[in-house]
Amino acid sequence: MDIRKVKKLIELLEESGIAEIEIKEGEEAVRISRMPTGAHAQVQPAMIQAPVAAVAASAPVAAAPAAAPARRASEHVVAAPMVGTFYSAASPGAKAFVEIGSEVKEGQVLCIIEAMKMMNQIESDKAGKITAIMATNGDPVEFGQPLFVIE
Amino acid sequence: MLDKIVIANRGEIALRILRACRELGIKTVAVHSTADYNLKHVLLADESVCIGPPQSQKSYLNMPAIISAAEVTDAVGIHPGYGFLSENADFAERVEKSGFTFIGPRADVIRMMGDKVSAINVMKKAGVPCVPGSGGPLGDAPEENFRIAKDIGYPVIIKASGGGGGRGMRVVHSEAALLNAIAVTKGEAHAAFNNDQVYMEKFLERPRHIEFQVLADNYGNVIHLGERDCSMQRRHQKVVEEAPAPGITDEQRERMGARVVEACKAVGYRSAGTLEFLYQDNEFYFIEMNTRIQVEHPVTELITGIDLVKAQLMIASGEKLKYTQKDVKLTGHAIECRINAEDAKTFMPSPGPIKLWHAPGGPGIRVDSHIYSGYNVPPHYDSLIAKVISYGDTRETAIARMRNALAEMVVEGIKTNTALHQEIFTHAAFRSGGQDIHYLERRLGLK
Repeated sequence: MDIRKVKKLIELLEESGIAEIEIKEGEEAVRISRMPTGAHAQVQPAMIQAPVAAVAASAPVAAAPAAAPARRASEHVVAAPMVGTFYSAASPGAKAFVEIGSEVKEGQVLCIIEAMKMMNQIESDKAGKITAIMATNGDPVEFGQPLFVIE
Repeated sequence: MLDKIVIANRGEIALRILRACRELGIKTVAVHSTADYNLKHVLLADESVCIGPPQSQKSYLNMPAIISAAEVTDAVGIHPGYGFLSENADFAERVEKSGFTFIGPRADVIRMMGDKVSAINVMKKAGVPCVPGSGGPLGDAPEENFRIAKDIGYPVIIKASGGGGGRGMRVVHSEAALLNAIAVTKGEAHAAFNNDQVYMEKFLERPRHIEFQVLADNYGNVIHLGERDCSMQRRHQKVVEEAPAPGITDEQRERMGARVVEACKAVGYRSAGTLEFLYQDNEFYFIEMNTRIQVEHPVTELITGIDLVKAQLMIASGEKLKYTQKDVKLTGHAIECRINAEDAKTFMPSPGPIKLWHAPGGPGIRVDSHIYSGYNVPPHYDSLIAKVISYGDTRETAIARMRNALAEMVVEGIKTNTALHQEIFTHAAFRSGGQDIHYLERRLGLK
C-alpha cells in the first residue's frame, strides 16, 4: 500500500463525516481515525512498514488501485491516458475546469496532467454530466487511473 | 547511495534489479504496463506506477511515461535493465537532462557504441583486434564494393550500422550476389533502424562467440571480469551460456582483458558493459559492445563472486569501484540455460497461465525467475520466463548439476524449451566444449 493511497484515504476521511476508516489489502491494513478535536487524522504507526508481497499460490493480489465500484451502463469513466500530476484548474488559484454536476461536451477540457514539465489538456471523450471526480488537485496519477465519471 | 529508483523493465531482470536495490536499501518504483500488474517485482516493489497499455511502444519504450513516473514518485535514478530503452542514447540523455541518474554509461558513449561502424573504429584505435572489414560504411559505387569484398575475401557479411544482436545481416558467398545483398540489407536496415548505413566484414565460417565483461566507475577505474562463451545459439539468440570459455588460457584472458580495459578507459566508459568477440583459429575479433547489463550476467557473478547489478547501483551512486583487477579471481565453472515459454521443437511462443511452477534447487543451483504458480505469461513480450544457472568446481560438475536441475524443474500449463536444453546436455559435442555458433542449428537440422 503506497503513500498515495494513504493520502487519499486521509482526504476521504477529512471530506466526509466519517470518524474512522480501516482498510485491509491482503496482509496489509491501515486504520485512520479522526481526533476528537477535529484536527488532522492520525495514521496508526503500525501501518508504516515495507509492504509484504501477497504472492499467493493461486490468485495473486493485483497491485491495481482499490477495487473500482461496479458502474451502471450509463456511467462512463474517464481514465488518465498518461502518467503525471493531476491539476483540476488551468493554474493555481484559477477556477476548476469542471465540478460535480457540470455538463460537459465531447472534446471539452476536464483537467490537466503535467508530465515532464509539459501541461497536457485532457479532453472528455463523451458528453454528459460529471457525477464524480476521483482525483484531487496535485495528485500523482498513473496510466488508466479513473479520474471522472460522466453520465 | 541512491535513495529511490525507477526500474524501467519487466520480467526476471526487473526482479533482479529489485533484489539488488533491497540489499542496498534503495527504494523501488516498478513501472509497468496494464498487462503486468501481477509481475512479481511489481507486487514486491515499494511503489508501482502503471505507465501504459500492453504494447511496448506505449509502455516500456515510452520515454515520457517512464520519466514522468520518476517525477511523480520523487525517484532519483532509473535502471533500464536490458533490451527496451537500455541502449537508447536519446533516452539516457533525456533522463539525465530531466535531472535523474541513468544507471549505465553516458549517453554519448552509448551512442558511439550503438553505431557499429564507429564502435569498431574506436576499438581499432584502442588496439582491440577487429574482424577484417570495409572499415567504414559502404558507398553506392559497385566497383568499389567489389574491390572491398575481393580484398577481404569471400565469404563476406553485410551488416547494418544501426543493427546488432544478429539483426540486419546478410552473408554473401560470391561476387554475383554482392550488389543485391547490399541493396536488400540497406532496405531492411532503413525499415528496422531508420538508418540504411551498412558495412562489410569477413564472414567467419565456424567462430565461437566469446564476450568479456567489464565494470567501470565514474573515476576512470575499469576492471574486466573474464569471459563468457555464448556459442549455443539459434537464430542469433543465445540458448546456453557459460563462464569461463572452455579452452581459453590464462594468457589469452589476461591479454584480451587488458585490451578491453584500455579501450573502455579510452572512451570514458562507466557502469557494466560487455565486449563481444568472434573467436576462430585462436584469434579474437571484436564485433560489437553492449552498453548494459546482459541476460547471462549470472554466470560471471558465480565464478567471480561479484554482484554486477549491485555494482551498477553503487557506481551510479558515485562510489569508487571496490575491486581492483588483482581482486578478480575466476573460480569454478557456471552454465546458464534460458528457459522460454515456447514449444521445444517448433519454437512457437506459448503464453498463458502457469498452473504449477516448481523450481529446482540444491547445491550450485541458482534460479533467476519472476514466475510463480498462477502467474499468467502475457503474449506481448519476449518469452524468457526463467534462467537456471548451475555452478560447480569443474565444468563436468556444472553440467551434472544442470541436468539434475532441468529434470527437477516443473512448469505446467504452458510449453517450455526445457526438453531442448535437456537434449543439448546429452550431446557429446556440447559436453566436450568449444563448439561454434552454428553448431546448434546444424545439429538440430535447422539450417
